[in-house]
Amino acid sequence: MSNVQIMTGNSAAAWGAKLCKVQVVSAYPITPSTSVTETIANWVERGELKAEYVRVESEHSVMTVCVSASTVGARVFTSTSSHGLLYMHEQLHWAAGSRLPIVLACVNRGVGAPWSIFNDQQDSIAQRDTGWIQIYCRDNQEILDTVIQSYRIAEQVYCPVMVCYDGFVLSHTMMPVEIPDAEAVCRFLPPYKPHTILSPDDPRNINPVIFPWQRRDAEGVLRDGYMDMRWKLQHALEGSRDVVVQTCRDYAELFGRDHGGMLWTYRADDADVLLAGMGSIATEATTAADLLREGGIQAGVVGIRVYRPFPREEVREAFRNIPAIVVFEKNISYGYEGALSADIKAALYGAGIQAPVHNYIAGLGGRDVKAGELAEAARSSLAAIAAGKKEQQTWLNCVTE
Amino acid sequence: MPEKLFKVNVEEYILPGNRACSGCGLSIAYRYVLKALRENTILTLPASCLTVLHGLYPITSVGIPCLNCTFASTAASASGLVAGLAAMNRSDITVVAIAGDGGTFDIGIQALSGATERGTDFIFVCYDNEGYMNTGTQRSSATPMGALTTTTPILTKQQHKKDMMKIMEGHDIPYLATCSPAFPIDLYDKFVKAKRIKGTRYVQIATPCPPGWIFPPKDTVKIGRLAVETGIVVLYEIENGKFRFTGRSKTIAEKGTRAPVIHYVERQGRFKKMSMEQLGQFQRWVDGKWNEYLRRVEA
Repeated sequence: MSNVQIMTGNSAAAWGAKLCKVQVVSAYPITPSTSVTETIANWVERGELKAEYVRVESEHSVMTVCVSASTVGARVFTSTSSHGLLYMHEQLHWAAGSRLPIVLACVNRGVGAPWSIFNDQQDSIAQRDTGWIQIYCRDNQEILDTVIQSYRIAEQVYCPVMVCYDGFVLSHTMMPVEIPDAEAVCRFLPPYKPHTILSPDDPRNINPVIFPWQRRDAEGVLRDGYMDMRWKLQHALEGSRDVVVQTCRDYAELFGRDHGGMLWTYRADDADVLLAGMGSIATEATTAADLLREGGIQAGVVGIRVYRPFPREEVREAFRNIPAIVVFEKNISYGYEGALSADIKAALYGAGIQAPVHNYIAGLGGRDVKAGELAEAARSSLAAIAAGKKEQQTWLNCVTE
Repeated sequence: MPEKLFKVNVEEYILPGNRACSGCGLSIAYRYVLKALRENTILTLPASCLTVLHGLYPITSVGIPCLNCTFASTAASASGLVAGLAAMNRSDITVVAIAGDGGTFDIGIQALSGATERGTDFIFVCYDNEGYMNTGTQRSSATPMGALTTTTPILTKQQHKKDMMKIMEGHDIPYLATCSPAFPIDLYDKFVKAKRIKGTRYVQIATPCPPGWIFPPKDTVKIGRLAVETGIVVLYEIENGKFRFTGRSKTIAEKGTRAPVIHYVERQGRFKKMSMEQLGQFQRWVDGKWNEYLRRVEA
């Protein structure tokens, strides 16, 4: 029996955490993520969710609580946005370095100065190199399902996962969402087994100072140096691709919904031009592709779902025989180009793919992005490509003089 | 005194051969802290001298489980441990956060105030060596007026030490205490008591630091004692709002035998640039604090 409710993206994220029976939740309010943890606080105080809820004084402390609680074996959850995520930055590194399967719902919002409460993806893109898995959702159903999938991925590879979705565009927009059966979620998600136990039963000094080189322990066994541990984190993230794909497949089998493993495509098979993006801008691009097709241009979309680890092989496969690629994204790597565009180009390098890549920075600080504008941008790029312009960076719908 | 020593737990939780500096006041204090806390304890600590004392991976000098955390996050880390252990039905374990004065008075104060206001069931220990000693003696808000540090290298520190005990008392917690490794039984008793109490407990240990304060390592206990004799460090506890002198400070208060601060100041290289004016200010500041304590006992 299906249980469909009309809910916001933030409710969907909270529902995902509830179904995973999270044991410790810590949060600090920030727009637009606030209602995720407000919803959970309600459930905890009503006794509908048995969890410790730690109402801390800052996001830095939020992620610290998550790290410590996860270290003693609790399944933990939090959500934040923008400056909250930036304030956590140090702890994001610490969480990944500690190899803890924390799941964080990142409700994407622009960052200051000056203040903006509106959506773009600068906040999570700025955390790209912290060692977290990053998954970008397109709709509210995917948010709920991805939170559940994230615990299974995180607890298998011992890496934290950031479930990213666009502020207001998804967080405050109501959509029908099917709530999976709680028993079925329990079957899908085995209990969390921590990799290190912090307990008086077996005293250890966790995360002390470490040398660059390997060193023998008291029993004479050679142990990792700092760099060896860093390689293991990198190796775990690289290896998590297979886990992401398998988890999606298993989830689809049990619950009937497949959101695409590392990436998803839309009308891509016969496309002459592929639009690419992450999150809601990629959803918008599907409408743009339809518009382009109405105008006689065979357009399709590649939605990058998992940004870290980057879907190197999937991107090569998706763009292999495409004459034109247009990347739309809500972030800017200042002094270069959009982070996604740069990563796509890097993935194509050496794979024999010479397709032109045009990059559009769009929707920063919540500036409206309309499907028609994306279609128009793609059309102008196609004209420029026909005229021999292989690369282009454009700030869409922005005063640039 | 000897019969009092016999009651001290004979187990050792900090192994010989640790990486503390010779004469380290913290290493004396820490040994007794762990003896009082015993096995059923989890520690969390930020980057500090104690991290160094604990040694380098994969070998450690500590026999109590420890979770290292970032500099600003010690008390939040304790909150996470308390919440995590509660979620795992392990509420029998005492969670102890231990940080230096930098990690307590300065960068750690926000998380500490938050965890304390929430009434988190843990003990926060500040080992106060009056500066950023692990990074090589920089000024902290716990550094006393007139002290040379590498960031007050010529003019000395111009401000008095922050009264962290007052800030912590403002949180209305069930137990606060000060202690010194120069008086280990007093220190031990306070930790035994703190372990029995529920809620947030705060203990501040005045730990002499030979390289940072510039005195010979053999004089650590002597300097620690002088700090108490002069009333610069006052041994007391505040239990449910009730102030009480303890140990040597109690004797000094009863007999009125407090020594002038110059006895303490003249033995440390860090005070060699202290002006006569600063010395006077320092004495008046110590007198003022001391009289406040006396009034609390009389009240």
